[in-house]
Amino acid sequence: MAQLHVELVAVEDKVWSGDASMVVARTTEGEIGILPGHAPLLGQLADPGTVRIKTDSGDRAYTVHGGFVSVTEDGVSILAEIAEPVDAQGH
Amino acid sequence: MGAQLRVFRRRIRTVQSTKKITKAMELIATSRIAKSQARVVASRPYADEITNVLTALASVASLDHPLLVERPQPRRAGVLLITSDRGLAGGYSSNAIKRAEELMALLKQEGKEPVLYVIGRKGVNYYRFRNRPIEASWSGFSEKPTFADAREVGETLITAFAAGSDDSDGNGDGILGLDEVHIVFTQFKTMLTQTPMALRMAPLVVEETEEVDGPLPQYEFEPDPEALLDALLPKYLNTRIYAALLDSAASESAARRRAMKSATDNAEALIKTLTREANQARQAEITQEISEIVGGADALAAAGSDD
Repeated sequence: MAQLHVELVAVEDKVWSGDASMVVARTTEGEIGILPGHAPLLGQLADPGTVRIKTDSGDRAYTVHGGFVSVTEDGVSILAEIAEPVDAQGH
Repeated sequence: MGAQLRVFRRRIRTVQSTKKITKAMELIATSRIAKSQARVVASRPYADEITNVLTALASVASLDHPLLVERPQPRRAGVLLITSDRGLAGGYSSNAIKRAEELMALLKQEGKEPVLYVIGRKGVNYYRFRNRPIEASWSGFSEKPTFADAREVGETLITAFAAGSDDSDGNGDGILGLDEVHIVFTQFKTMLTQTPMALRMAPLVVEETEEVDGPLPQYEFEPDPEALLDALLPKYLNTRIYAALLDSAASESAARRRAMKSATDNAEALIKTLTREANQARQAEITQEISEIVGGADALAAAGSDD
C-alpha cells in the first residue's frame, strides 16, 4: 500500500518524520483526512488542534498550536509553533 | 625571602587565578557554540517548510498584504537591536550597537525617525546611560533564546507595524506605530568571523526557495489564500526573528570564546615573564647573599691574618 511521507516540524526542532498510511487533522474549516495521493493542499490548523498520524506501527497523536498543513506530491508537512505528543498515547 | 621576590610571587598567583576563570569561561563558551549551532540546525526544517509554503502561496494570493507592501511615505522606522546580556564577549555588543547606529543615521538621512527596540542588557544599558529613548526592551535570554521569546518580540513589532504612523491621513488610531521594521543581529559565519548585519524585516521580502522546475502544483486552500497569508506572514516574521536570535546567540558565544581565549593566552604569557623575573630576583638575592658571605669571610680572614 502506498505510504505518505509525513514531516511534523515545530519551530525549535523536527518532531517526527516517517511514513504513514493516513493523517487526520482539523483545519479552521473542519476535519480533514489525508490519504496517499491527496491533491496538493495548504491549510491552517485549528488552534489548538490535534493531528493524528496513522502508521503501520500504531497511531501517533500530537497537540498542535499555531499549525499549518501542506500536502504536496512529496508528502505531508505539518508546521507548528508548538507540537506536543498527546499524553494518553504515551510517547 | 626578599620583598621583591614576594611581590612577584603574589602577582603570579593573582594572574593564575584570573587565568583559571577565563579558561573556564572559554570552555563554557565553546560548548555553548556547539549547542547554539545545534539549535540553528534544528530550527532549519521549519524555516525551510514555511518558506516553501509561502512561495506556493505567493504564486496564487494577491501580494497586497500590509506586511508586504511598502508604505508611500514611511515616517517611523523600528530598529530591533540584538545584543548580549553579559559582557566579557569582546566587541560583540559594541559592534552590533555600532551597526545599529549606522543604520539609524541612514534612516534619519532618508527622513525617517528611528525607533529603538533592544534585546539584551548590554544594549539597554548603552542607551539608558546616554539617555536615549528605547521603545521597548527585552533581556534575559540572549544566550538561550526560545521561540516564545521571539514570538513576544515579533508580536510587539507586528502590532506597531500594523498600526502604522499614518495618523495624519484621516484614519488615525492614536498609536505611534511603525512604517518599517529593521533588525540588527550578528551573523555567525565561522568560529572566527561574526558580522553584525542589518536587515529589513517589514515590509517583508520573502526569500523564495530556488526556482522550481515547471509549474507549481495547483493547491487547494483551506481557508482561502488571503486568510492563509494573513495567518502565515506574522509567523514567518517570528521565525525570522527567532533565526536572528539563534544566530546572535551562537555569535555571542563565539565572540566570548575568542575574548576569553586571548585573555587566557595573555595570562599565560604574563605568568611566563613574571616567573622569569621572579627567578631573576631570586638569583640576584642568592648572588648577593653569597657575595655578602664571601665578603664577610674575606674581611674576617684579612682581620685574622693581620693579627
